[in-house]
Amino acid sequence: MRRIVIAATALFAANTLSAQTPEEKGLQIAKEAEKADLGFGSSIVDLKMTLKNKNGQTSERFLTTRTLELTEDGDKSLIVFNSPKDVKGTATLTFTHKVGSDDQWLYLPSIKRVKRISSNNKSGPFVGSEFAYEDLSSQEVEKYTYKFLEQNGDLLLVEQDPVDPKSGYTRRIVTYNKDKGYRLEKVEFYDRKNALLKTLTYSDYKLYKDKFWRALTFEMVNHQSNKETLLRFSEYDFGTALSDDDFTEVALKRAGN
Amino acid sequence: MNALKKAGNATNRFAKNWASFVIRYKWPVFIGTILLAFGLASQGKMEFDGDYHVFFSESNPELEAFDALQEKYTKDDNVILVLSPSNGDVFTRENLIAIEELTAEAWNTPYSSRVDAITNFQHTRADGDDLYVDDLSYETSLKTEAEIKEIRVTALKEPLLVNRIINEAGSVTAVNITVRLPGLDSAAEIPEVTKFTRDMIAAFKEKNPQFEVHSSGLVPLNTAFFESSQRDLMLTMVMLLIVIVTTLILTRSFFSTISTLVVVLFSIISAVGFVGIMGIKLTPPSAVFPTMVLTLAVADSIHILITMLQKMRKDGLGKKEALVESMRLNFMPVLITSLTTVIGFLTMNFGEVPPFWDLGNITAFGMTMAFLYSTTTLPALMAIFPVKVRQRDVEKEQKIGWYTKLGYFVSRQPARLTLISFTIIAVLAYMATRNVFNDEFINYFDETVDFRTDTDYISNNLTGIYNIEYSIGSGESGGINNPEYLQKLNEFEDWLNEQPEVVHVNAFSEVARRVNRSMHGDETAYYRVPDNRQEAAQFLLLYELSLPFGLDLNNQINVDKSETRVTVTIENISSAEMIAFSKRGEQWLKDNAPEAMQSLGVSPTLMFSKLGFRQAESMFKGNVFAIVLITLVLILALRSLRLGLLSIIPNVTPVLVGFGIWALYKGQINTGMVIVFGMTLGIIVDDTVHFMSKFLRARRELGYDARQAVVYAFETVGKALVTTTVVLLAGFAVLSTSSFALNSYMARITVIIITAALIIDFILLPSLLILISKKSEAVDEVKELQPQIQLNK
Repeated sequence: MRRIVIAATALFAANTLSAQTPEEKGLQIAKEAEKADLGFGSSIVDLKMTLKNKNGQTSERFLTTRTLELTEDGDKSLIVFNSPKDVKGTATLTFTHKVGSDDQWLYLPSIKRVKRISSNNKSGPFVGSEFAYEDLSSQEVEKYTYKFLEQNGDLLLVEQDPVDPKSGYTRRIVTYNKDKGYRLEKVEFYDRKNALLKTLTYSDYKLYKDKFWRALTFEMVNHQSNKETLLRFSEYDFGTALSDDDFTEVALKRAGN
Repeated sequence: MNALKKAGNATNRFAKNWASFVIRYKWPVFIGTILLAFGLASQGKMEFDGDYHVFFSESNPELEAFDALQEKYTKDDNVILVLSPSNGDVFTRENLIAIEELTAEAWNTPYSSRVDAITNFQHTRADGDDLYVDDLSYETSLKTEAEIKEIRVTALKEPLLVNRIINEAGSVTAVNITVRLPGLDSAAEIPEVTKFTRDMIAAFKEKNPQFEVHSSGLVPLNTAFFESSQRDLMLTMVMLLIVIVTTLILTRSFFSTISTLVVVLFSIISAVGFVGIMGIKLTPPSAVFPTMVLTLAVADSIHILITMLQKMRKDGLGKKEALVESMRLNFMPVLITSLTTVIGFLTMNFGEVPPFWDLGNITAFGMTMAFLYSTTTLPALMAIFPVKVRQRDVEKEQKIGWYTKLGYFVSRQPARLTLISFTIIAVLAYMATRNVFNDEFINYFDETVDFRTDTDYISNNLTGIYNIEYSIGSGESGGINNPEYLQKLNEFEDWLNEQPEVVHVNAFSEVARRVNRSMHGDETAYYRVPDNRQEAAQFLLLYELSLPFGLDLNNQINVDKSETRVTVTIENISSAEMIAFSKRGEQWLKDNAPEAMQSLGVSPTLMFSKLGFRQAESMFKGNVFAIVLITLVLILALRSLRLGLLSIIPNVTPVLVGFGIWALYKGQINTGMVIVFGMTLGIIVDDTVHFMSKFLRARRELGYDARQAVVYAFETVGKALVTTTVVLLAGFAVLSTSSFALNSYMARITVIIITAALIIDFILLPSLLILISKKSEAVDEVKELQPQIQLNK
């Protein structure tokens, strides 16, 4: 009897939910996910990027990423290259914006200069990997339009269409885990001709501060070129409080040296 | 000898029993063969494969090297759309907008991974400390006249664009679509791309009538292969018509024609069944199998029918007796000629080119079935049909007279004719060595094929279609940023650009120079490769971060940045020149660059260039094998070692004559022609068999001397040989109309060889037979050596 009640409640809940349009529901899920991750402040993490081609030849890069959470606009991030040797100390600084193109700078230690990168192009591969810059940058809610697709247990599938006309994708299908703070489990990327291009799978999730889920492994597989890129993260450091001063051109130069 | 004679009698008895059996159980035999033919046909499947890869066996070293290069970078099959605006200037607002739209639409091409056009070219420029990398013409509709002029100036100075995407005059431009075909089912993938691009072109032309559009590239090449297979398959219909008419003329019998038609159709549908059972995908060379089977199978039927009708018309035999007699006389010759033809076709398996394996195997199977149907379905049907003939003698006499005259003519002057023949053969054999291989794949198609005319247009007006690629290593991870490497690469690029055949060079050193310039405020003095490794690496990182989706450097740089790809676009040059050019490049690297940078040139063009040589090399063994095997068959069939060995001369010389005449006609041979030796050997040997066996019968059974025996042979088989030769010539003449050179050249030289074979069998062979017999009668001891001495001529 109790089961029936629960089932009836669930059904009712589902019905009230479906009163929303799929677009509204998709947006709601994205907002929930953003909300769930609210308040982490800042983080520092080291990561190893492994590029693998069809033949299994690999190539590695080591990076450190610092992120500062902002609520009124997109997050700020600073990525420092620790290897390969030739680009050691090269660092990028990015200000993501909720609306419009992001701002991006690169510090080149060999000439000790900061260069601004034309921000129109962010759909290209990041340092030869299968990740585009747009896959790695802060996922602001405003950068997509949404459409809820289906629910599979705790998993919610939402289609996201990029707002930027220069995006390399027509759409992404994102799998949220509702039960685990709306963390991402999987993203499927469809290219401009709407063919499945890549799948990004998140794994080795770890819960920080009882609230923030961080995947320690990202695996991106390109189905068209059969190339892969693996990101392995070290422990996240949420303890070092970073501020705006750590995300300036001066900080960029400092980080690289 | 006695044992063999007994064996001969045994086969005679066997053939007689076989014929009686078939006639007695005509209905069950006929129905049985129907079931067999349709049973096989039900397994039939006609699938096509147009991918140019089919021409290369998996172990082909050029293919392996090319695949390795593609896996290191990216797999690049392409469609190049070449746009020629009628006003002769690409750089007008209207034209640029059209190109920008077409470029955007081209991204929707199935399997596309990259689209390169003038509008989305990633133009690099410096603005103070900022680096801008952006489409050369984005949102063209918003551009001012001044900006459009600026775009023109930039584009026509851009080494990556000129002679590749835009011509020097700025009047013709290209949109190059790179596709990454999964290669799981090329029979579906290629047409998918082709259909999309054709629709896209049609829509573009409708909206922008000021443009002329030509298309080429590897995908259209594949499509052209694909479509030429289907076209050549249609030649079967023409051949079928010819078979009907020929049979009708030769036999002057309606039922005979019907029976022949049934036999050849059964043979073809059985071969189709074989294609399905073996899972063979048809390619241009193998798609001609129905015509081949048709041409070769009809000869069996004609031999049997002509003898039967002759026996009825001339000797006044009843239908059944005539049929049995015809089967008795023809069973062995038909068996042997079928066997030699099958051997000839099977030797194609020795070659390097898989489509010819298929052609050889399918035709061999079809021929085996043709033999079966000719000796079962044909007599059964003739027994069923109410065949009636009127006796006609007068006409016969005249025809025999003609062949007899020829017989006398030859037997009167054997030495002189032998000398003349050998002189002509020697001269032509020498000429044959002057042929050169040329497998330019564009020239595989004649001017009736759009691919050919479009490609010619592109070659004449914009860029080359042939290319060679070198993967240049640095020997260490990240080593492509080493200034020494970049300097050397730059020198190689410069050297390539100086070569007269070169249309365009795409090398990483150009990227390095361009970025270096932009990093130094666009100063021309810095348009050179960086001289500091860290600088080079960091500039490259910056540049790569600035590139958009699909226009990255992954097609040019490998994952750990230890190697880069140099793509050289070449004018249309012959295979030999192509191979020489690639060697010159390799040699330059050997002489001037460190060991790690040495590399072998690879590309589809080069693969085709070397294909003919590989095929010839590998077929050589097959040809020797075919001669030995066929000679053995003849020795057994003729029951004479001497004549068997002698048969090598009339069997081999037609091919020498054929290639000698070809040298005067075209002088260039392709991969398709390499197979003709084994193939024609199996076919022309029939003439020799028929002629020699009649000659021997006259000598052995009738006790004629050599001269009389030659005349007898002319009288009895002269007409039959001319008849079958005419049918064969008709078949191969039909094939020679193919728009695909691998098939048409093969067919044309076969026409020459078969004609030569008939002449040689009518002039040289009888002369030799007389000469040998004379000598052997005089000097008995050396008679076994005689043929070998002849061979050395």
